Amino acid sequence: MTILTEQHAKTLLKKVLSFSKADGCECNLDGQVGGNIRTARNTVSTSGEQSDLTLAVQSTFGKRTGVATINEFDDESLKKVVKRSEELAKLAPENPESMPLFGEQKYLKPNNHFDSTSNITPDDRAQAAEDSIKPSKENKLISSGFLQDVTTFVAIMNNKGLFAYNKASNVDFTVTIRTEDGTGSGWVSRDYSDVKKLNTKKASQVAIQKSLGSVDAKEMEPGKYTVILEPAASVQLLSNMFGNMGQRPADEGRSFLSKKQEEGKEGGPTNKLGEKLFDERVHIYSDPLHAEAPTAPFSGDGHRVSKTDWIKDGKIVNMPNSAYWAKKTGVDYQPTAYTGSGLFAGAAQFVMAGGDESLEEMIKNTRRGVLVTRLWYIRPLDPQTLLYTGLTRDGTFYIENGKIKYPIKNFRFNESPIVMLNNIEALGKPVRINGSMVPPMKIRDFTFSSLSDAV
Amino acid sequence: MERRDFIKCTGVGMGGLMLPISGMAVSAEQLLDAPMDVAYKKKLADIALNAAKAKGASYADVRIGRYLNQFVTTQEKRVDNIVNTESAGIGVRVIANGTWGFASSSNMTPDSIAKTAEKAVAVAMANSKFQTVPVQLAPVKGVGEVSWKTPVKKNALAVPIKDKVDLLLSVNDAAMSNGANYITSILFLVNEQKYFASTDGSYIDQDVHRLWAPFFATAIGKSGFKQRTGLGNPVGMGFEYLDGLEKDKIRISGANVGYKNSYDMLEDATAAGKQLQAKLKAKSVEPGKYDLVLDPAHLMLTIHESVGHPLELDRVLGYEANFAGTSFATLDKWKSGKFNYGSKIVNLVADKTQPHSLGNVGYDDEGVKTKEWDLVKDGTLVNYQAIRDQVHMIDQKESHGCCYSQSWRDVQFQRMPNVSLKPNDEDISAEDVIKDVENGIYIAGRGSFSIDQQRYNFQFGGQLFYEIKNGKITEQIEDVAYQSNTQQFWNSCTQMAGKSDYRIGGSFFDGKGQPSQVSAVSHGCPTTRFNNINVINTARKV
Repeated sequence: MTILTEQHAKTLLKKVLSFSKADGCECNLDGQVGGNIRTARNTVSTSGEQSDLTLAVQSTFGKRTGVATINEFDDESLKKVVKRSEELAKLAPENPESMPLFGEQKYLKPNNHFDSTSNITPDDRAQAAEDSIKPSKENKLISSGFLQDVTTFVAIMNNKGLFAYNKASNVDFTVTIRTEDGTGSGWVSRDYSDVKKLNTKKASQVAIQKSLGSVDAKEMEPGKYTVILEPAASVQLLSNMFGNMGQRPADEGRSFLSKKQEEGKEGGPTNKLGEKLFDERVHIYSDPLHAEAPTAPFSGDGHRVSKTDWIKDGKIVNMPNSAYWAKKTGVDYQPTAYTGSGLFAGAAQFVMAGGDESLEEMIKNTRRGVLVTRLWYIRPLDPQTLLYTGLTRDGTFYIENGKIKYPIKNFRFNESPIVMLNNIEALGKPVRINGSMVPPMKIRDFTFSSLSDAV
Repeated sequence: MERRDFIKCTGVGMGGLMLPISGMAVSAEQLLDAPMDVAYKKKLADIALNAAKAKGASYADVRIGRYLNQFVTTQEKRVDNIVNTESAGIGVRVIANGTWGFASSSNMTPDSIAKTAEKAVAVAMANSKFQTVPVQLAPVKGVGEVSWKTPVKKNALAVPIKDKVDLLLSVNDAAMSNGANYITSILFLVNEQKYFASTDGSYIDQDVHRLWAPFFATAIGKSGFKQRTGLGNPVGMGFEYLDGLEKDKIRISGANVGYKNSYDMLEDATAAGKQLQAKLKAKSVEPGKYDLVLDPAHLMLTIHESVGHPLELDRVLGYEANFAGTSFATLDKWKSGKFNYGSKIVNLVADKTQPHSLGNVGYDDEGVKTKEWDLVKDGTLVNYQAIRDQVHMIDQKESHGCCYSQSWRDVQFQRMPNVSLKPNDEDISAEDVIKDVENGIYIAGRGSFSIDQQRYNFQFGGQLFYEIKNGKITEQIEDVAYQSNTQQFWNSCTQMAGKSDYRIGGSFFDGKGQPSQVSAVSHGCPTTRFNNINVINTARKV
């Protein structure tokens, strides 16, 4: 019952709308079934399954809106939730930014659900965990991991003719493998829509190699280095930058894309749309039909989304906005795809284009540099320059003459993705990470500010 | 932390503030519905316990929870959203074949409860295939039927929405009339009604209240923008925290006002507007070594990150290795009895009993009566934070009582209790601490914070920075962050104010675990001095 078919969802939502007396009524039906298994110290620590199905009803009278939710679906409950949302709407203060509902939309058809992922059983999870733990034990290492799978669906219907439906599946796997004496640590991450692509045994070999290879790390002086950032190392910085690209904060003067007051002309643009801010190879876009990292073909309010360039040839070419802000400023509405709600909500998807080089080839083509597995505890320092701090973790290595020479101690970095994307030496072949596509990147003059003793 | 358990604060549509809670949206009035009858909860709990035992559980506990939240969000002159949620259900945890099992359900019919308990046993049996060491529980004597309640004076959920909206809009007006261009102000109100029962013979009914009233203000200048967040603290109190009583204010000459057991949000917003304008014009810090004087509303987060987390025993043992990390405070250091975590004047205590704190409850989520214990005594590491299935690993027989779950839906595990720095025995003031500093910086409020996965290297910012020259605060400065190593930092602690200056701050949404759960935790401390700390300049041109 938790994952409804398109037809079942449509029938249910039509019934909900038939109870509505509001000017505007939009229903959002969200269902999720997921499971997880957690391991530590080479054994299972916790595991569980969660499922949820929630109906949210938003009723609007003029500019007053109320939302009520329920998880019971008999006729009386459906009537009750509609009535409650109408009562809340009548009591709510007027929202000057309230927008009319969208009418019927035509959607793309992404391939983002796989039965293989929906059919995972507790035994499959236990086996996946064991496949990761066993090679760790054989190498006298200590494994701690987490595997989470989920199938979700969302259906949106309103009384202006809109109906949207999307079903998706996803599986995430991460494992940290450490030496018994705590002097070495390696990590790997995999995420797919189709669990058939996941091989925890093979993935764990990467973490094992990094763990064994990171023992006896040498100290290097903090400073500016050429770095090869694996996709897991740069994804959070890029995601943070994408999350700060909204048009409204830029127009209001509180974003890295705001023009400073002295630069803005009277009545002219207040943001940096159209400006070249990055190396001309930088191309970042969203695409619900991406073969490796598909998304829902609509936004949270049911508006269609399609392939959209955000940064092209290093220039800002589009900025995400809300329907209200788009109308107020006379530009097109540019939403991002719906990424779920409740327990399994994800970050907005983005795709960064790259080249054909693999990570291994990139290392081969590097005379001197630092290979970074991932970055940790990333926090903003200055929202105007998107300066962030954080630390390297679970495998940091010195590269010399195309080879990994030796492991090095972890660094704290203080760097901005804006600087990073201006200092590109090379871009490799993008891989999926956290639902987005990110290439390995060779970056010059990346700023490490201090050393950490952490392993 | 990666918090996935979110609802959208702006309703069905996209965008808006994301909040780490879940539950059904209800009316404000429904939040005041009477809790489920205690006798009925006992009956349901017994059904679960008996069903678990019948299927072979050697131990079982059950948590019947009703979790209520109200969030009111305003921006500038408008109400952004009012969200009321209710989440109710049952979580059953068992030991079978020496292995933990857990299951939960929102369906609280007797039949469903029995099935949930049976499912928990089935999960334990299935996982026992991989279990190499059986679970060992520290004994707890059943306490029979008892109850506990946060000592609130004004139930925040009972205060009319209009009063809350009026307060927040007046706060916004105060900030914007004094220099802010934008402001978001929020009231987070939480009420956990939770009933715990176990096969040890405990039936514990608790009514826990928490409140947080943050704001986030921005001012735009010719060369950019600056931000300032409120200096109020999240607390385990009712709406009386927002009374802003004069007796609870500590005024630092030339700098900010600190708040003890009540908060004057309007006064703080007025100050924020003015301080934002000063920030736009303030000089940028010269990097180098400084003596730092840290206000409690700032130092609390440093304690959280550099003492609270590294002394969680599950981190030390490796259970969090794949997410938050492990700890530098390893068992051998603790066993030596000589590990100097800090200077001799540093005394750090853990507790779940401090009045007004976020962690304050009568019993933890596995039925252990709460208490206070030493973590660092006279500078030496003496203990960790541990629960029933962990204490034997540090040769102790009694749980510390710091087990918690964010809801009935999630399994309970070891969470940080309040971790606090004891004040100076001599009751000196914050200004007494400042007066001997020749070249220093006074920092107030929480800013950017980042620390490595074993809690050695950290870098912290703040909200307000003031230069100290020859014992006096001279002017507001900007772009300050300090970098240090946990042990070096706490060993550079040279002075602290006394009990009159002691204040509690806290974290309302502290994340841990996979899947991640949030918890709320307080940290008390006085204004404290640390000598010769490395300060960096965070301004950068791009």
